[in-house]
Amino acid sequence: MSFLLTCPNCGTREVTDFGFGGEASTRPASRPSARELNTYIYFRRNAAGVQREWWHHRSGCRAWFLAERDTRTNHVIWTALPADAPAGQTPA
Amino acid sequence: MRELFRKRRMWRSRPDLKKRYDVVIIGGGSHGLATAYYLRQLGITDVAVLEKGYIGSGAAGRNTTILRSNYKTPEGARFYDASVKLYERLGKEMEFNLLFSQCGHLTLAHTDRALFVMANRAEVNRLQGIDSRLIGPDEVKELAPTMYVGEDTTYPIMGALYHPPGGIIRHDAVVWGLARGADAGGAEIHPYTEVTGLQRSGDRITAVQTTRGTIQAGTVLNCTAGWSSLICDMADVPLPITTHILQACVTEPVKPFLDVVIVSSQMHVYLSQSDRGEFVMGSEIEPWTTYRTSGTLNFLQDLTRHTLELFPQLEQARILRSWAGLCDLSPDYSPILGQTEVENFHVSAGWGTYGFKAAPIVGKTLAELVASGRTPDLIAPFTLERFYEDNLVSELAAAAVSH
Repeated sequence: MSFLLTCPNCGTREVTDFGFGGEASTRPASRPSARELNTYIYFRRNAAGVQREWWHHRSGCRAWFLAERDTRTNHVIWTALPADAPAGQTPA
Repeated sequence: MRELFRKRRMWRSRPDLKKRYDVVIIGGGSHGLATAYYLRQLGITDVAVLEKGYIGSGAAGRNTTILRSNYKTPEGARFYDASVKLYERLGKEMEFNLLFSQCGHLTLAHTDRALFVMANRAEVNRLQGIDSRLIGPDEVKELAPTMYVGEDTTYPIMGALYHPPGGIIRHDAVVWGLARGADAGGAEIHPYTEVTGLQRSGDRITAVQTTRGTIQAGTVLNCTAGWSSLICDMADVPLPITTHILQACVTEPVKPFLDVVIVSSQMHVYLSQSDRGEFVMGSEIEPWTTYRTSGTLNFLQDLTRHTLELFPQLEQARILRSWAGLCDLSPDYSPILGQTEVENFHVSAGWGTYGFKAAPIVGKTLAELVASGRTPDLIAPFTLERFYEDNLVSELAAAAVSH
């Protein structure tokens, strides 16, 4: 067993039900330099700890949603649709 | 009796860290130890290798020990070929038996598309002087007569990329031999010494903080594979890396009946039979990032299902162990090697699932970089800077799930 995730629409499922969308990041300003754009495309914090990240319910409702998960334990703290996600700067 | 045992230790245990070293290597795995080993050959011996666990406790001791050089890009093929050639003479050079069997390596093709890509790879390989060719199902059957090659399977075998110099080696022996060689030259190996911080002043690292005190260093190398992002973060050097688990398992020993490495990208499996008779099998990484090295059930289910399609005779074999290791995946499936924006801080990272096979050439080229201050030509395509410039070296076709 790896871990469970709770889809905001469908409820709790095994992680194999979901597609991983990577850590949540901030888009660069409009008209970014090539360096800014490549930083956004390729570079990641890859945090060991609580990470805000995107998931996709691939084998279910197909919705994209956000989660916070501790990458040291795979403990999922919360999941929410983007509009309902808690505000605030978590280490994301 | 106890004293006798101590005298036979392969490397010395060192009581305390010195205040300063010319070179501090973070990570006591195959890359860190290989770098210390090759630094000795260049006359640089004031070296400390800092390892947070025991040496070889990370990816160096968790891989499936496959060596090969049949990559897709000329840059990659040339680089890994230099590594295989170093491995070929490493055992003799270190006077340590690495149990290296160049038994040959078969990458199976199950589709026309796979055959096309393999034909392409074979051409690239041959232009680099690497023994690598596309073969048909008949020759596959000759090379692996015990493998099931019938048509009535999910993925019938249409051919394979055959790479005769590929094979398997004993990974623990590589770690121990390199450690012994580095130690004999004067390098200090410090297990259970975790790096907790790096002090950066402008474009230099001035000190390395550890759980056993703070030390100064002329040059600092980050050879920490799955933990690379965390060490680089201490120096404010961003990396284009994500950390994932890769899993493997091993069966109980059975009589020898397979003497070639079998890989299938489509079936997400690579396997070989060890000298002890165990089947060593691995699969693909889990797609989500994590630092937790616990295994998953879906890994065991998928891997065993696919393995049994190729080797139904293993149906009764029991799995003795399974394990997971951390992989530092780069966006183009090629490594990140050499200099960073910090003058005296170099990295060996982005090794995904192919770091172990590169250990000697990484050690040799990083040692040359430290000694000369110049990036060797062989690793020039693998700079960290390439991601800022969007100048990638894509090994997706030859590295992802095809050890």
